[in-house]
Amino acid sequence: MECSFALTGNGYVLVASDTTAARSIVKMKTDEDKTKVLGPHLVMTYSGEPGDTVQFAEFVERNLRLHQIRHHQALRPQSAASWIRRALADSLRSRSPYAVNLLVGGFDTSVAAIREETEAVGGEPKLYWIDYLGTMAEVPFAAHGYGSYFALSLLDRYHNPQASLDEGIATLRRCIDEVSKRLIVAPSNYKVRVVDKDGVREVEL
Amino acid sequence: MSIMEINGGSVIAMVGKECVAIACDLRLGNQALTIATNFEKIFPVTDRLYLGLPGLATDVATLRERFRFRVNMYTIKEEREITPETFARLVSSTLYEKRFGPYFVEPVIAGLSPVPSASGKPEKWEPFIAATDLIGCLNFAKDFVVAGTSSDKLFGVAEGLWEPDLEWEDLFETISQTLMNAVDRDAFSGWGGIVHIITPDKVITRTLKARMD
Repeated sequence: MECSFALTGNGYVLVASDTTAARSIVKMKTDEDKTKVLGPHLVMTYSGEPGDTVQFAEFVERNLRLHQIRHHQALRPQSAASWIRRALADSLRSRSPYAVNLLVGGFDTSVAAIREETEAVGGEPKLYWIDYLGTMAEVPFAAHGYGSYFALSLLDRYHNPQASLDEGIATLRRCIDEVSKRLIVAPSNYKVRVVDKDGVREVEL
Repeated sequence: MSIMEINGGSVIAMVGKECVAIACDLRLGNQALTIATNFEKIFPVTDRLYLGLPGLATDVATLRERFRFRVNMYTIKEEREITPETFARLVSSTLYEKRFGPYFVEPVIAGLSPVPSASGKPEKWEPFIAATDLIGCLNFAKDFVVAGTSSDKLFGVAEGLWEPDLEWEDLFETISQTLMNAVDRDAFSGWGGIVHIITPDKVITRTLKARMD
Protein backbone atom coordinates (compact mmCIF):
# COMPACT_ATOMS: atom_id res chain seq x y z
CA MET A 1 0.00 0.00 0.00
CA GLU A 2 1.05 3.59 -0.59
CA CYS A 3 3.35 5.21 1.97
CA SER A 4 5.04 8.58 2.12
CA PHE A 5 7.20 10.14 4.81
CA ALA A 6 8.87 13.50 5.31
CA LEU A 7 10.95 15.12 7.99
CA THR A 8 12.75 18.39 8.63
CA GLY A 9 16.28 18.79 9.90
CA ASN A 10 18.94 21.44 10.25
CA GLY A 11 18.60 23.34 6.98
CA TYR A 12 16.77 20.73 4.91
CA VAL A 13 13.55 18.81 4.38
CA LEU A 14 13.63 15.15 3.38
CA VAL A 15 10.66 13.67 1.54
CA ALA A 16 10.22 10.05 0.58
CA SER A 17 7.50 8.30 -1.34
CA ASP A 18 7.16 4.65 -2.29
CA THR A 19 7.42 3.88 -6.01
CA THR A 20 4.79 1.18 -6.36
CA ALA A 21 1.89 1.51 -8.76
CA ALA A 22 -0.66 -1.08 -7.66
CA ARG A 23 -4.15 -2.06 -8.71
CA SER A 24 -6.08 -4.20 -6.28
CA ILE A 25 -3.65 -6.93 -5.18
CA VAL A 26 -1.37 -6.63 -8.21
CA LYS A 27 1.85 -4.61 -8.35
CA MET A 28 1.89 -3.06 -11.83
CA LYS A 29 5.15 -1.19 -11.55
CA THR A 30 7.83 -0.56 -8.93
CA ASP A 31 9.56 2.52 -10.33
CA GLU A 32 6.76 5.07 -10.47
CA ASP A 33 7.95 8.47 -9.24
CA LYS A 34 5.21 9.85 -6.99
CA THR A 35 7.06 13.04 -6.15
CA LYS A 36 6.95 16.30 -8.07
CA VAL A 37 9.43 19.16 -8.01
CA LEU A 38 7.24 22.28 -7.93
CA GLY A 39 9.85 24.99 -7.85
CA PRO A 40 13.45 25.84 -7.10
CA HIS A 41 12.96 25.05 -3.40
CA LEU A 42 9.71 23.11 -3.34
CA VAL A 43 8.89 19.42 -3.66
CA MET A 44 5.71 17.42 -3.13
CA THR A 45 4.80 13.77 -2.72
CA TYR A 46 1.36 12.68 -3.83
CA SER A 47 -0.71 9.56 -3.20
CA GLY A 48 -4.35 8.56 -3.35
CA GLU A 49 -6.79 7.73 -6.12
CA PRO A 50 -4.77 6.72 -9.20
CA GLY A 51 -5.47 9.18 -12.01
CA ASP A 52 -6.46 12.00 -9.67
CA THR A 53 -2.94 12.03 -8.26
CA VAL A 54 -1.03 12.74 -11.46
CA GLN A 55 -3.77 15.04 -12.76
CA PHE A 56 -3.76 17.13 -9.59
CA ALA A 57 0.04 17.15 -9.23
CA GLU A 58 0.42 18.45 -12.79
CA PHE A 59 -2.33 21.01 -12.21
CA VAL A 60 -0.44 22.32 -9.17
CA GLU A 61 2.89 22.24 -10.98
CA ARG A 62 1.59 24.26 -13.96
CA ASN A 63 -0.20 26.81 -11.79
CA LEU A 64 2.82 27.45 -9.58
CA ARG A 65 4.93 27.78 -12.74
CA LEU A 66 2.40 30.24 -14.16
CA HIS A 67 2.66 32.30 -10.99
CA GLN A 68 6.43 32.31 -11.31
CA ILE A 69 6.28 33.47 -14.94
CA ARG A 70 3.71 36.19 -14.20
CA HIS A 71 5.42 37.61 -11.14
CA HIS A 72 9.08 36.74 -11.79
CA GLN A 73 9.02 35.26 -8.30
CA ALA A 74 8.26 31.79 -7.02
CA LEU A 75 5.73 31.44 -4.20
CA ARG A 76 7.21 30.83 -0.76
CA PRO A 77 6.52 27.38 0.71
CA GLN A 78 3.81 28.67 3.08
CA SER A 79 1.97 30.47 0.26
CA ALA A 80 2.33 27.57 -2.17
CA ALA A 81 1.00 25.13 0.45
CA SER A 82 -1.94 27.44 1.22
CA TRP A 83 -2.77 27.68 -2.47
CA ILE A 84 -2.65 23.89 -2.85
CA ARG A 85 -4.80 23.45 0.25
CA ARG A 86 -7.41 25.83 -1.06
CA ALA A 87 -7.44 24.06 -4.43
CA LEU A 88 -8.17 20.77 -2.64
CA ALA A 89 -10.75 22.32 -0.29
CA ASP A 90 -12.64 23.85 -3.23
CA SER A 91 -12.40 20.59 -5.13
CA LEU A 92 -13.87 18.67 -2.15
CA ARG A 93 -17.22 20.44 -2.56
CA SER A 94 -17.24 20.20 -6.36
CA ARG A 95 -18.92 17.62 -8.56
CA SER A 96 -15.72 15.57 -8.92
CA PRO A 97 -13.33 16.02 -6.00
CA TYR A 98 -9.66 15.07 -6.22
CA ALA A 99 -8.82 12.27 -3.76
CA VAL A 100 -5.14 13.16 -3.27
CA ASN A 101 -2.96 13.25 -0.15
CA LEU A 102 0.17 15.39 -0.19
CA LEU A 103 3.32 16.17 1.70
CA VAL A 104 4.74 19.53 0.65
CA GLY A 105 8.35 20.16 1.60
CA GLY A 106 10.01 23.47 0.94
CA PHE A 107 12.95 25.59 1.90
CA ASP A 108 12.21 29.25 2.50
CA THR A 109 15.23 31.24 1.31
CA SER A 110 13.54 34.66 1.44
CA VAL A 111 15.03 37.45 3.55
CA ALA A 112 12.12 37.23 6.00
CA ALA A 113 12.95 33.58 6.76
CA ILE A 114 16.59 34.27 7.55
CA ARG A 115 17.02 34.95 11.23
CA GLU A 116 19.95 34.57 13.56
CA GLU A 117 19.41 30.84 14.05
CA THR A 118 18.67 30.07 10.38
CA GLU A 119 21.44 32.24 8.88
CA ALA A 120 24.06 29.49 8.81
CA VAL A 121 21.90 27.18 6.68
CA GLY A 122 20.56 29.92 4.39
CA GLY A 123 16.86 29.73 5.22
CA GLU A 124 14.11 27.81 6.95
CA PRO A 125 12.87 24.28 6.21
CA LYS A 126 9.07 24.00 5.93
CA LEU A 127 6.89 20.92 5.80
CA TYR A 128 3.13 20.71 5.29
CA TRP A 129 0.83 17.72 5.71
CA ILE A 130 -2.20 18.02 3.43
CA ASP A 131 -4.97 15.47 2.95
CA TYR A 132 -7.72 15.07 0.35
CA LEU A 133 -10.19 17.09 2.44
CA GLY A 134 -7.94 20.14 2.30
CA THR A 135 -6.73 19.75 5.87
CA MET A 136 -3.33 21.38 6.25
CA ALA A 137 -0.87 21.26 9.13
CA GLU A 138 2.64 22.61 9.40
CA VAL A 139 4.63 19.86 11.07
CA PRO A 140 8.23 18.84 11.90
CA PHE A 141 7.61 15.38 10.40
CA ALA A 142 4.73 13.74 8.59
CA ALA A 143 3.50 10.57 6.93
CA HIS A 144 0.60 9.35 4.80
CA GLY A 145 -0.83 5.90 4.29
CA TYR A 146 -0.65 2.77 6.44
CA GLY A 147 3.03 3.47 7.06
CA SER A 148 2.05 6.53 9.10
CA TYR A 149 0.83 4.33 11.98
CA PHE A 150 4.39 3.00 12.43
CA ALA A 151 6.46 5.94 11.23
CA LEU A 152 4.80 8.69 13.29
CA SER A 153 5.41 6.99 16.63
CA LEU A 154 8.96 6.19 15.57
CA LEU A 155 9.54 9.81 14.55
CA ASP A 156 8.07 11.01 17.86
CA ARG A 157 10.97 9.18 19.49
CA TYR A 158 13.84 9.75 17.04
CA HIS A 159 13.15 12.98 15.14
CA ASN A 160 15.59 15.78 15.83
CA PRO A 161 14.97 19.15 14.14
CA GLN A 162 18.68 19.99 14.50
CA ALA A 163 19.93 16.74 12.93
CA SER A 164 22.44 16.82 10.09
CA LEU A 165 21.48 15.44 6.67
CA ASP A 166 23.18 12.11 7.37
CA GLU A 167 21.33 11.74 10.67
CA GLY A 168 18.07 12.70 8.96
CA ILE A 169 18.60 10.05 6.29
CA ALA A 170 19.36 7.50 9.02
CA THR A 171 16.05 8.35 10.74
CA LEU A 172 14.20 8.07 7.43
CA ARG A 173 15.90 4.72 6.84
CA ARG A 174 14.61 3.60 10.26
CA CYS A 175 11.04 4.54 9.28
CA ILE A 176 11.26 2.57 6.05
CA ASP A 177 12.81 -0.44 7.80
CA GLU A 178 10.13 -0.41 10.50
CA VAL A 179 7.36 -0.29 7.92
CA SER A 180 8.99 -3.13 5.95
CA LYS A 181 9.26 -5.16 9.14
CA ARG A 182 5.76 -4.68 10.54
CA LEU A 183 3.43 -3.87 7.64
CA ILE A 184 2.12 -6.82 5.64
CA VAL A 185 1.57 -4.75 2.50
CA ALA A 186 4.83 -2.79 2.76
CA PRO A 187 6.22 -1.21 -0.43
CA SER A 188 9.65 -2.30 -1.63
CA ASN A 189 11.21 0.83 -3.13
CA TYR A 190 11.27 4.50 -2.24
CA LYS A 191 12.21 7.70 -4.01
CA VAL A 192 13.87 10.14 -1.63
CA ARG A 193 14.38 13.83 -2.29
CA VAL A 194 15.98 16.54 -0.21
CA VAL A 195 15.32 20.30 -0.35
CA ASP A 196 17.84 22.74 1.03
CA LYS A 197 19.39 26.10 0.14
CA ASP A 198 20.86 24.63 -3.05
CA GLY A 199 17.49 23.38 -4.31
CA VAL A 200 15.91 19.97 -4.77
CA ARG A 201 17.97 16.83 -5.41
CA GLU A 202 17.52 13.11 -5.24
CA VAL A 203 19.16 11.06 -2.49
CA GLU A 204 20.11 7.40 -2.71
CA LEU A 205 19.34 5.48 0.45
CA MET B 1 -17.79 8.38 12.63
CA SER B 2 -19.30 11.87 12.37
CA ILE B 3 -17.71 14.51 10.14
CA MET B 4 -17.49 16.85 13.13
CA GLU B 5 -15.28 14.34 14.97
CA ILE B 6 -12.72 13.48 12.26
CA ASN B 7 -10.12 16.06 13.30
CA GLY B 8 -11.17 16.60 16.94
CA GLY B 9 -10.70 19.79 18.94
CA SER B 10 -12.63 21.99 21.35
CA VAL B 11 -13.20 25.66 22.12
CA ILE B 12 -14.64 27.42 25.17
CA ALA B 13 -15.39 31.07 25.96
CA MET B 14 -16.25 32.67 29.32
CA VAL B 15 -17.42 36.05 30.55
CA GLY B 16 -15.64 37.89 33.36
CA LYS B 17 -15.80 41.39 34.86
CA GLU B 18 -15.07 43.77 31.94
CA CYS B 19 -13.18 40.93 30.27
CA VAL B 20 -13.78 37.77 28.30
CA ALA B 21 -11.67 34.65 27.81
CA ILE B 22 -11.56 32.21 24.92
CA ALA B 23 -9.50 29.02 24.87
CA CYS B 24 -8.90 25.99 22.66
CA ASP B 25 -6.85 22.80 22.58
CA LEU B 26 -4.05 22.23 20.04
CA ARG B 27 -4.71 18.78 18.62
CA LEU B 28 -5.22 18.03 14.94
CA GLY B 29 -6.03 14.40 14.33
CA ASN B 30 -7.15 12.12 11.58
CA GLN B 31 -9.64 9.94 13.45
CA ALA B 32 -7.61 8.39 16.30
CA LEU B 33 -4.22 9.27 14.78
CA THR B 34 -2.72 12.58 15.95
CA ILE B 35 -1.18 14.50 13.05
CA ALA B 36 -0.16 17.78 14.68
CA THR B 37 -0.11 19.28 18.16
CA ASN B 38 0.18 22.92 17.13
CA PHE B 39 -3.19 23.45 15.49
CA GLU B 40 -4.76 26.65 16.86
CA LYS B 41 -8.50 27.01 16.40
CA ILE B 42 -8.85 30.61 17.64
CA PHE B 43 -8.23 33.58 15.35
CA PRO B 44 -8.21 37.33 15.98
CA VAL B 45 -10.87 39.33 14.13
CA THR B 46 -10.24 42.79 15.61
CA ASP B 47 -8.14 43.98 18.57
CA ARG B 48 -10.93 43.05 21.00
CA LEU B 49 -12.72 40.28 19.15
CA TYR B 50 -11.69 36.63 18.67
CA LEU B 51 -13.28 33.76 16.79
CA GLY B 52 -12.92 30.08 17.70
CA LEU B 53 -13.60 27.47 15.01
CA PRO B 54 -13.64 23.84 16.17
CA GLY B 55 -14.77 21.19 13.71
CA LEU B 56 -13.59 19.86 10.35
CA ALA B 57 -10.07 21.28 9.88
CA THR B 58 -10.46 21.99 6.16
CA ASP B 59 -13.49 24.17 6.91
CA VAL B 60 -11.69 25.79 9.85
CA ALA B 61 -9.01 27.04 7.43
CA THR B 62 -11.47 27.96 4.67
CA LEU B 63 -13.77 29.88 7.01
CA ARG B 64 -10.85 31.65 8.65
CA GLU B 65 -9.91 32.95 5.19
CA ARG B 66 -13.54 33.84 4.32
CA PHE B 67 -14.14 35.73 7.56
CA ARG B 68 -10.89 37.65 7.19
CA PHE B 69 -12.00 38.70 3.71
CA ARG B 70 -15.53 39.64 4.77
CA VAL B 71 -14.40 41.57 7.87
CA ASN B 72 -11.82 43.47 5.76
CA MET B 73 -14.54 44.36 3.25
CA TYR B 74 -16.80 45.53 6.10
CA THR B 75 -14.02 47.66 7.61
CA ILE B 76 -13.28 49.32 4.26
CA LYS B 77 -16.92 49.96 3.35
CA GLU B 78 -18.09 51.14 6.79
CA GLU B 79 -14.82 52.87 7.74
CA ARG B 80 -15.03 51.46 11.26
CA GLU B 81 -14.29 48.26 13.13
CA ILE B 82 -16.90 45.54 13.25
CA THR B 83 -18.64 45.10 16.64
CA PRO B 84 -18.97 41.63 18.20
CA GLU B 85 -22.79 41.72 17.78
CA THR B 86 -22.51 42.51 14.06
CA PHE B 87 -19.76 39.94 13.59
CA ALA B 88 -21.92 37.26 15.22
CA ARG B 89 -24.68 38.02 12.66
CA LEU B 90 -22.07 37.88 9.89
CA VAL B 91 -20.94 34.44 11.08
CA SER B 92 -24.54 33.26 11.30
CA SER B 93 -25.48 34.40 7.79
CA THR B 94 -22.23 33.09 6.27
CA LEU B 95 -23.02 29.65 7.66
CA TYR B 96 -26.71 29.72 6.77
CA GLU B 97 -25.79 30.58 3.17
CA LYS B 98 -24.65 26.95 3.00
CA ARG B 99 -27.77 25.56 4.71
CA PHE B 100 -28.00 22.41 2.59
CA GLY B 101 -24.28 21.68 2.29
CA PRO B 102 -22.86 23.19 5.44
CA TYR B 103 -19.36 23.98 6.69
CA PHE B 104 -18.75 21.52 9.51
CA VAL B 105 -17.71 23.95 12.24
CA GLU B 106 -19.29 25.30 15.42
CA PRO B 107 -18.01 28.86 15.79
CA VAL B 108 -17.49 30.53 19.16
CA ILE B 109 -17.26 34.32 19.29
CA ALA B 110 -15.76 36.25 22.21
CA GLY B 111 -15.04 39.95 22.43
CA LEU B 112 -15.63 43.26 24.13
CA SER B 113 -18.34 45.44 22.65
CA PRO B 114 -18.13 49.23 23.02
CA VAL B 115 -20.76 50.97 25.15
CA PRO B 116 -21.76 54.23 23.39
CA SER B 117 -20.61 57.34 25.24
CA ALA B 118 -21.16 61.10 24.86
CA SER B 119 -17.62 61.72 23.59
CA GLY B 120 -18.04 59.20 20.78
CA LYS B 121 -14.96 57.33 21.94
CA PRO B 122 -15.89 54.21 23.93
CA GLU B 123 -14.95 54.43 27.61
CA LYS B 124 -16.69 51.31 28.79
CA TRP B 125 -16.65 47.84 27.29
CA GLU B 126 -19.18 45.10 27.74
CA PRO B 127 -18.19 41.43 27.49
CA PHE B 128 -19.80 39.54 24.63
CA ILE B 129 -19.80 35.82 23.90
CA ALA B 130 -21.82 33.78 21.45
CA ALA B 131 -21.77 30.43 19.74
CA THR B 132 -23.56 29.01 16.72
CA ASP B 133 -24.23 25.55 15.38
CA LEU B 134 -22.96 24.47 11.96
CA ILE B 135 -25.81 26.19 10.10
CA GLY B 136 -25.56 29.46 12.01
CA CYS B 137 -28.20 29.26 14.76
CA LEU B 138 -26.93 31.86 17.26
CA ASN B 139 -26.73 31.25 20.99
CA PHE B 140 -26.01 34.36 23.06
CA ALA B 141 -24.92 33.37 26.55
CA LYS B 142 -24.33 35.41 29.70
CA ASP B 143 -21.90 32.97 31.32
CA PHE B 144 -19.99 30.61 29.00
CA VAL B 145 -20.25 28.81 25.68
CA VAL B 146 -18.60 25.56 24.57
CA ALA B 147 -18.08 23.74 21.27
CA GLY B 148 -16.19 20.82 19.80
CA THR B 149 -15.68 17.13 20.54
CA SER B 150 -15.46 17.65 24.32
CA SER B 151 -18.36 20.11 24.54
CA ASP B 152 -20.36 17.88 26.89
CA LYS B 153 -17.41 17.56 29.29
CA LEU B 154 -16.68 21.30 29.02
CA PHE B 155 -20.30 22.03 29.97
CA GLY B 156 -19.99 19.90 33.10
CA VAL B 157 -16.72 21.38 34.35
CA ALA B 158 -17.63 24.96 33.43
CA GLU B 159 -20.97 24.61 35.22
CA GLY B 160 -19.06 23.71 38.37
CA LEU B 161 -16.19 26.22 38.19
CA TRP B 162 -17.58 29.39 36.61
CA GLU B 163 -18.91 32.24 38.73
CA PRO B 164 -20.01 35.77 37.80
CA ASP B 165 -17.76 38.88 37.81
CA LEU B 166 -14.36 37.19 37.83
CA GLU B 167 -11.33 39.45 37.43
CA TRP B 168 -9.11 38.54 34.49
CA GLU B 169 -6.50 36.67 36.57
CA ASP B 170 -9.21 34.49 38.14
CA LEU B 171 -10.98 34.10 34.80
CA PHE B 172 -7.73 32.80 33.29
CA GLU B 173 -7.46 30.20 36.05
CA THR B 174 -11.11 29.18 35.69
CA ILE B 175 -11.06 28.79 31.90
CA SER B 176 -7.69 26.98 31.93
CA GLN B 177 -8.78 24.47 34.55
CA THR B 178 -12.09 23.95 32.76
CA LEU B 179 -10.41 23.34 29.42
CA MET B 180 -7.68 21.04 30.72
CA ASN B 181 -9.94 18.89 32.89
CA ALA B 182 -12.51 18.52 30.12
CA VAL B 183 -10.09 17.62 27.31
CA ASP B 184 -8.34 15.06 29.51
CA ARG B 185 -11.57 13.05 29.36
CA ASP B 186 -11.70 13.28 25.55
CA ALA B 187 -9.43 11.31 23.23
CA PHE B 188 -9.99 13.68 20.31
CA SER B 189 -9.03 16.91 22.10
CA GLY B 190 -6.04 17.96 24.17
CA TRP B 191 -2.26 18.00 23.57
CA GLY B 192 -1.90 21.44 25.14
CA GLY B 193 -4.04 24.52 24.88
CA ILE B 194 -4.02 28.23 24.27
CA VAL B 195 -5.95 30.90 26.19
CA HIS B 196 -6.70 34.49 25.18
CA ILE B 197 -7.99 36.91 27.81
CA ILE B 198 -9.45 40.05 26.25
CA THR B 199 -9.45 43.11 28.53
CA PRO B 200 -10.22 46.72 27.50
CA ASP B 201 -6.55 47.71 27.20
CA LYS B 202 -4.76 44.48 26.30
CA VAL B 203 -5.10 40.87 25.21
CA ILE B 204 -3.21 38.32 27.29
CA THR B 205 -2.30 35.14 25.40
CA ARG B 206 -0.91 32.14 27.24
CA THR B 207 -0.19 28.60 26.13
CA LEU B 208 -1.03 25.74 28.45
CA LYS B 209 1.03 22.66 29.02
CA ALA B 210 -1.34 19.76 29.49
CA ARG B 211 -1.25 15.99 29.47
CA MET B 212 0.38 14.86 26.25
CA ASP B 213 -1.23 11.44 25.96
